[in-house]
Amino acid sequence: MSVTDRIEQLEREAQAAAAAAASTVAIEELRVRYLGRRAELPNLLRDVAQLPTDQRGAVGSAANRARKEIEALLERRAGELAVAELEARLRSERVDVTLPGDPLPAIGRLHLITQTRREIEDVFIGLGFNVAEGPEIESVHYNFDALNHDPQHPARAWTDTFYVTDEVLLRTHTSPMQVRAMERTPPPLYLIVPGRVYRRDSDVTHTPQFHQVEGLAVDEDITLADLKGTLLEFARAIFGAEREVRLRPHFFPFTEPSVEVDVSCFACSGGLAAGGERCGICKGTGWLEILGSGMVDPNVLAGVAANGYDPERVQGFAFGMGIERIAMLKHGVSDLRLFYDNDVRFLEQFA
Amino acid sequence: MRVPLEWLREYCDLHMDAHTLAQRLALTGTEVERVEHHGVSELEHFVVGHVLERRKHPDADRLSVCMVDTGGSAAAQIVCGAPNVAAGQTVAVARPGAVMPDGTRLRRAKLRGIESQGMILSERELQISDEHTGIMVLEQAHAPGTPLADVAPIATDVLVLEVTPNRPDCLSIYGVAREAAAATGAQLRAAPWDYDPGSLGELHGIEVLNEAGDELCPRFTARIFDGLRVGPSPLWLKARLMACGQRPISNVVDITNYVMLLTGQPMHAFDRERITGGRLTVRPALDGELLATLDGQQRTLSASMVVIADAEGATSAAGVMGGGRSEVSEQTTSIVSEAATWNGPNIHATSQALGLRSEASSRFEKGLAAEQTLWAQAVATRLFQDLCEARVRPGTLDIGAPPAPPLEIHLRDARIERLLGMVIPRARCRELLETIGFDASDGGDGLDVTVPDFRRADVTREADLIEEVARLAGLERLPATLPARRAAVGRLTAAQRLRRRLEDTLAAQGLHEIVGWSFAAVEQAARLLEQHPAVELANPMSSEQSRMRTSLLGSLLDAAARNRARGATRIGLFESGAVYLPDPDGPSGVAREPHHLAALVSGPVRPPSWREQHPPQADFFAVKGLLGAVLESAGIAWQLVAGAERPFLHPGRAATVEVAGASVGWLGEIHPRVAGDWDLDEAVAAFELDLSTIDPPGPQAFTDLVSFPAVREDLAIVVPESLPAGELVAVIATAGGPLLQASEIFDVFRDEQRLGAGLKSVAVRLSFRAGDRTLTDEEVARQRNLIVVAVENQLGGRLRDAG
Repeated sequence: MSVTDRIEQLEREAQAAAAAAASTVAIEELRVRYLGRRAELPNLLRDVAQLPTDQRGAVGSAANRARKEIEALLERRAGELAVAELEARLRSERVDVTLPGDPLPAIGRLHLITQTRREIEDVFIGLGFNVAEGPEIESVHYNFDALNHDPQHPARAWTDTFYVTDEVLLRTHTSPMQVRAMERTPPPLYLIVPGRVYRRDSDVTHTPQFHQVEGLAVDEDITLADLKGTLLEFARAIFGAEREVRLRPHFFPFTEPSVEVDVSCFACSGGLAAGGERCGICKGTGWLEILGSGMVDPNVLAGVAANGYDPERVQGFAFGMGIERIAMLKHGVSDLRLFYDNDVRFLEQFA
Repeated sequence: MRVPLEWLREYCDLHMDAHTLAQRLALTGTEVERVEHHGVSELEHFVVGHVLERRKHPDADRLSVCMVDTGGSAAAQIVCGAPNVAAGQTVAVARPGAVMPDGTRLRRAKLRGIESQGMILSERELQISDEHTGIMVLEQAHAPGTPLADVAPIATDVLVLEVTPNRPDCLSIYGVAREAAAATGAQLRAAPWDYDPGSLGELHGIEVLNEAGDELCPRFTARIFDGLRVGPSPLWLKARLMACGQRPISNVVDITNYVMLLTGQPMHAFDRERITGGRLTVRPALDGELLATLDGQQRTLSASMVVIADAEGATSAAGVMGGGRSEVSEQTTSIVSEAATWNGPNIHATSQALGLRSEASSRFEKGLAAEQTLWAQAVATRLFQDLCEARVRPGTLDIGAPPAPPLEIHLRDARIERLLGMVIPRARCRELLETIGFDASDGGDGLDVTVPDFRRADVTREADLIEEVARLAGLERLPATLPARRAAVGRLTAAQRLRRRLEDTLAAQGLHEIVGWSFAAVEQAARLLEQHPAVELANPMSSEQSRMRTSLLGSLLDAAARNRARGATRIGLFESGAVYLPDPDGPSGVAREPHHLAALVSGPVRPPSWREQHPPQADFFAVKGLLGAVLESAGIAWQLVAGAERPFLHPGRAATVEVAGASVGWLGEIHPRVAGDWDLDEAVAAFELDLSTIDPPGPQAFTDLVSFPAVREDLAIVVPESLPAGELVAVIATAGGPLLQASEIFDVFRDEQRLGAGLKSVAVRLSFRAGDRTLTDEEVARQRNLIVVAVENQLGGRLRDAG
């Protein structure tokens, strides 16, 4: 058999094998068999130089043509088979799309107290206040005496306040930090103090431990009007841009004048709910009491006058609010004790 | 303080309803807790009736059938159960439609078959007194059909005030009238004590000795009344007491109570003939001295208390409660009326010590003005005369120090504006101050203000006067401004930001934050197998909450157990909060309060699904992964050291967390015995960090990780089973030098036959990289060889053969 005949024979064999091949893997084997490094056709091409001169041209071109034919054929055939194979794979990969998706690890929640505390902190940071914390186990001096409480003030009673010793107690409010902060930092001072406080009381509306945020701003010219403006901004940030605040005169030993602050009810208009009935949130008054505040009493300033707090020269406001109360109002939580029950079904409600 | 509006109107010309008044009072500083209605409603159904005829009820022994003229064309037939009903009486009748104090509406009814067209009323049914033995018989024969409300005190609104402790003057009807007048602009009428039918000067018939001193008893006044007739009080007086929440007893006692409610000054009436020896001594009580108080209790007194005594001993606890021995009785004909001033703090302490708070003590403890004693005597004298037919003896016993001179305070115009941020003109200030009893006159740059005696304790400084004018001028007029904030720059500290970051990461990993009690039970330490000292409360509310927690673990276990008991299977909880460690150098001299962060996981790490019915259970490595995620999220480098010396941890699964070479907390699985004590049967893993020991990291320096590629190599190294993987990694890290960027264990393989006994194969993925060039194969191979040699020389490890 002449070399050219052999070339034609190989070409025919390859065509038949390619037509019979059933998968892209088989085509890959054919590519090795007919075009690979040890295959016959490439060897023929390589050996052309050793042929007699007159045969070189015919054999070379025949072999080259055959190689290209086979290459193209295998390429085409591989493409056809690849399409079929992909279709088959996709058919086999069909799933029941109605089965549930993979459960992701659920995102946990910050406790509602923390969420509310941070929200309050962020409002006051924006208003130029810093955030500080103080000791919860506190001396009678900072908790009562330095805050101008009478020696017989009822809150001092052992029935009302937790004591560790005669002189040391669990702070009943975040206010002792007012004095500690003024002792530490000369004016001007803009500070809020979030933290735990304690009172001996336990029922639906009282827990022996709860959270407050204290606020203190002392400078040369802080006015009661500034207190109103600051708390108005706070109320609007927390309860909505439409809110108003109302100051009611009150009494606290460590502020003078003292006021309680109400915010207009966010759930109704003037005490009447949408249906015309009495609003259950503000009890029909149109106002919600949110905190106690006032101008820092000169006696409190006088106690820290050495650090620049001369009551004739500086003045300021202070306020204290309950974090749970704000959270209860805002989210409609009905029972204070839920905050300390730590039931996950309660915790995960608040995104 | 309960204030019947009907009574208030006697002193203040109010033209508004109770709710409007309440609002005005609230906005000027008198808190109104609520408005109540006292007595009956639907007043048009209450009329005067004349009993025309009384017959016995045919079918009921105790009932009678009365024909009552109520002003209509025909007499009404009314069935009545009272024994004292009789023809000819003028009575109070409720007709169908009337609403009784408890809210029930009266209807036509049949009683034992006989129709009743109304009801003849007793005093109790009208809330005039507790009297219910018979119907109320009116003394005057008002015409039948006269509206009952015109002739009897059957209804009034009552303001229930929450009086702040600085305002004992508002614990009186006239004091509230003064506030109401100032709050509304209504006219205040003259004080009821302006007219005094008694006289001052020497009083004969009683001797009083003050052995307690002026400090404890600043003033003691007394008058004597003779020829007195004890009996019931008139309806108007009884109704007012009832509306104020006091039960009428007899005219003499009622008058002392009435005077207290009107003037704010408590009084006491002694039966003069029962004062043994005719002399009263004010003296400190003897330790252990016994006193039978009016409430029928036997009280043991102590030397810090003050008593009023006669020759037989103490007759009353001064300022708190009278004694039974000299009580006024029906036989009394002569009384000593006492009105005294006591030391507020002393009364407070006495009332606390005796566990006895009375209307008197709650007023005295706030500090009353000595002047009020004579107000009370004046009003009482008039009432004893009018209602008890008493004759007042000339003179008033009056001992004690002379009252302090009136206080004058200068109120600067500029100071008002500077403190409030609002101008109140001087004339307006003066007007406002005068409506509440202050005197004010122009004085240079402001007003010279004289404080009335009844406000002496409360108003002592300029700031106090500014409060007075501010609240009366109307805080609703105050503008809302923001501080000028010359130096206010608000931001969280680095430590606060770190804390937030760590909390956020824990939540992002699926854990819920809890807020536990700062308190712990005494037993908790034992349950955690610990013996740490803790801060103990002197007066805990329960043994469950008797000390301060020293770790957050107890809170987390409590919450985990509670949620598990309620059906939760996957537990992932954390808390961020203070713990309280006894330390005399702490800010309170008792403890320091580092802020801790702790997390606890138990149960499947993921919810099970149809693809993974049994996800792995949380264990040591789950919580270690969590700790890594949390600390690395904040850029904090950390490591674990085996063992933690925490008895509540599984001894083989416990580690100490180190940051910057120092211990910052622990991590591990909770000892099964401890977990079991909280009814947690599956593995419970947790960590707790003391955040006060972790410095917030500074800014991260930039590293170029993208310009040149890293080369990865895997090594499987056979080492003794006892060698901690961490040591192997440490040797590799040192040997790998700066080119070795990371080495990470990705497999641990044990096979006695293929590796040999007591050996394990640890597969480590190495990552080599240089910051300034692409590494060549030769460079990587050199480092790799250094590592293999070091492992072999230092740890006796060998490279595991391929295959």
